[in-house]
Amino acid sequence: MSGLLELRDVEAHYGPVQALRGVSLEVEEGTIVAVLGANGAGKTTTLRAISGTVRRTGELRFAGQELGRLGPEDTARLGIAHVPEGRGTFAELTVWENLRLGAYTRRGSIREDVQRVLAYFPWLDDRRHQEAGTLSGGEQQMLALARAFVARPRLLLLDEPSLGLAPVLVTEIFRIIRELNEREGLTVLVVEQNAHIALQLAATAYVLEVGRVALAGPSEELRAHESVRKSYLGY
Amino acid sequence: MKPSAVGLATTVVAGAVLALLPFALSSYHQGLAAQVGVYFIAILGLNILTGYSGQISIGHGAFMAIGGYTTAIMSRDHRTNLILTMLMALAICFVLGLVVGLPALRLSGVYLALATFALAVSVPQLPLKFSTFLGGSNGVQSAETVTHRWLYGASWTAAAILFVLAWLLLRGRTGRAFRAIRDSEIAATSSGVRLPIYKTLAFGVSAAYAGVAGSLYVLGTNGFAQPNEFGVLLSLQILVGAAVAGLGSLWGVLAGAAFVGLLPTISKDVPLVGSAHGQDVVFGLIVVLVMLLLPQGFAGFLARLARLRAARPASDRP
Amino acid sequence: MATVETRPARLRRDLPQWLRALVRPVPLGLAAACVFLVVGSLLSNDFAQQTVAGLAQGTIFGSLALALVLIYRATEVINFAQGEMAMATTYVAYQLISWGLSYWEAFFATLVVAFVFGVVVQVVFIRPVQHTSVIAVVIVTVGLFILIDGLVTWKWGADLKFMPAPFGKTVYHVGGVAFAQQDLGTLLVSVLSVLLLWALFRFTKLGLAMRAAALRPASARLVGVRVDRMLAIGWGFAAVLGAVAGLMAEPAQYVLQPSLMQPILLYAFAAAVLGGLESPAGAVVGGIALGVFLNLVGQYVGFVTSELRLPFAFAVLLVVLLVKPAGLFGRARVRRV
Repeated sequence: MSGLLELRDVEAHYGPVQALRGVSLEVEEGTIVAVLGANGAGKTTTLRAISGTVRRTGELRFAGQELGRLGPEDTARLGIAHVPEGRGTFAELTVWENLRLGAYTRRGSIREDVQRVLAYFPWLDDRRHQEAGTLSGGEQQMLALARAFVARPRLLLLDEPSLGLAPVLVTEIFRIIRELNEREGLTVLVVEQNAHIALQLAATAYVLEVGRVALAGPSEELRAHESVRKSYLGY
Repeated sequence: MKPSAVGLATTVVAGAVLALLPFALSSYHQGLAAQVGVYFIAILGLNILTGYSGQISIGHGAFMAIGGYTTAIMSRDHRTNLILTMLMALAICFVLGLVVGLPALRLSGVYLALATFALAVSVPQLPLKFSTFLGGSNGVQSAETVTHRWLYGASWTAAAILFVLAWLLLRGRTGRAFRAIRDSEIAATSSGVRLPIYKTLAFGVSAAYAGVAGSLYVLGTNGFAQPNEFGVLLSLQILVGAAVAGLGSLWGVLAGAAFVGLLPTISKDVPLVGSAHGQDVVFGLIVVLVMLLLPQGFAGFLARLARLRAARPASDRP
Repeated sequence: MATVETRPARLRRDLPQWLRALVRPVPLGLAAACVFLVVGSLLSNDFAQQTVAGLAQGTIFGSLALALVLIYRATEVINFAQGEMAMATTYVAYQLISWGLSYWEAFFATLVVAFVFGVVVQVVFIRPVQHTSVIAVVIVTVGLFILIDGLVTWKWGADLKFMPAPFGKTVYHVGGVAFAQQDLGTLLVSVLSVLLLWALFRFTKLGLAMRAAALRPASARLVGVRVDRMLAIGWGFAAVLGAVAGLMAEPAQYVLQPSLMQPILLYAFAAAVLGGLESPAGAVVGGIALGVFLNLVGQYVGFVTSELRLPFAFAVLLVVLLVKPAGLFGRARVRRV
């Protein structure tokens, strides 16, 4: 069994602070995988290690290729779209320019892709000349998703898509992620504090504690697991 | 400039060497060494402003010009004692520094840098406009000139006095306020530091130092104050010196002063480039290389050395 | 939330959308200035002539100011060597012409040289210090200032050089007003190069990537933009603009000497700050405004003689900064604690 993405004993540091102490995980093509954990458990760093925004050691393999020392520019070219914390929106640029940047690594016309994306986010069409910074938080999160999807990524890394959003919007965004997965076969690795909604969305999940994988398995099992229930689901 | 046994010892050694140096040097080299002293004072002043209160100035050549013209004019018109003119330069530049510090309150970062740069550009133009009093492009000649030895003694005595004054000022309450402002203006305000007072004060003190340096600078050019001598390049040299010095170390400031005081003269003798203009090539190249190799300046380099030394015994432990 | 509406704000609200953006102090002031210039030019031939000459000079300031702004936006650093780089490339044109190229052949060849020069300077001298401190980068550019000045003087000498004029000495008379071909040519070339650069940034993929790299380097990396390469290319384009400014400044001064760009760099600083340092449009408008203003003041205000031109320009700059600390077109940045 070999997944699209495999991490084995990945470690990462911020200066003297060790953020990841040997994380191993696997993402199968066409699935949604969630990473759960408390603040500082290393969720965000895991994504940053994959996209190469933080220096890391250990084995990282994407579609059979060793990620090794590749930086974010190169992993983006391999087809990994990373929507970071704070969404990575180009606030000073227009909605349309943000979408164009999403497809930066691809040659040729992006009209077709944009049309596909607009099917999921129809409202973006009216706002295409608006500065992205003037959108609301939820709209910016959707723009970030749209931008990532225009790139036709093989793997989407999502960092806390629910952060700072009203519950209605969170439901909406997760519905769209699920649709993208089901209809387009998009593979997603999503980091979430909101374990409840993440476990509903993902087929499998990993729980990180202080830079290590503490638990892993199908979402059903984790939901039933007592410590997950107590620490992350709150009942 | 932290008071420590080692620091005190090195300061005493530096003082002793400087005191004995003139007996070993020719008159020409005494003149050069005096020039280093002048730069030392100016860089020390800029260090107080930039290193301690976090405000940048690319205009200290302007204050040097004002100090220099003060000396030359007082000597020309009233034959005032030269030491007295230096004190006058100090006072005038202190007041002007406060005046410049007021608008500087509203500016920060690059905007402040460019506004002070404007000062450096504008002040040397004034003698050309008001030529009857300020001598036009011919400059102002002081009534008295001094020997190289006198200049050496005066500039390094002034440097020593001003250094001790700076140390006393920065050691206490004022120094703490400056540092608090440098690190975070908002945090400083909320812990009760009155921002306007301390920021303008830093400008005043810094300008006063530049004024004394300018006064000595003019005495070093045979008492001749000329607009050309105080061009933009002088301000840039002080800035380069401060950057080479790095922040907050006596040895750093000495190194910075020696760098801008001696290097142009030394690079004149580099045979590689030959012609008279080769000196700029060598000087420019070395400035660039020093910043590429020591981006934190000499002080940063020393700090790194100290860290290495501190780390070694720890790693030797079993 | 109850807010107190000021009267101008209320006035603005009642206007149609497209007008609303214009009813602000800065655009209104600029519009008033334009009206003043047009009316003045219609009333006095002399005034019209001075205005056109000022415009020509202003576009030179504007080009160099735009070069400064391009670099400032990408690296938050003022490139003190910008003027000297422009001067050096003007000497390259001089050399090419003396080797037998025609003026315009040399002109375009020089722009290519300038681009490469800018890229090399960024890669060799700026990139290594870029992540250390702003002051280190500034000092490196100051060192480059001295170095380039020395190299040019060493290679070509400090004496005056003469270049063929790109534009004829013809003077066009339109309704009694004399327009020098040189002023019009300068105006045309500078405006064209600024427009071309604007189009590049606005409409091409490369331009978009460069803007993204300058504005949000971390996000740009995540979408696959090679940020370091974009910064180097940005320096290249800045050097090209500088070269245009240098080549246009030379005929206005009739001679070529190493100090060619030094006063112009100072005016460009003033223009860039006036426009707000972050705003490319602001830099160009700032440059033009400064050029026209100085020319008219020099003509009509007796006290401001040539010695006082620079101090006067900077006095204006200081006043503007005190009223609007982020420049005319700058947005005040909210700083996070």
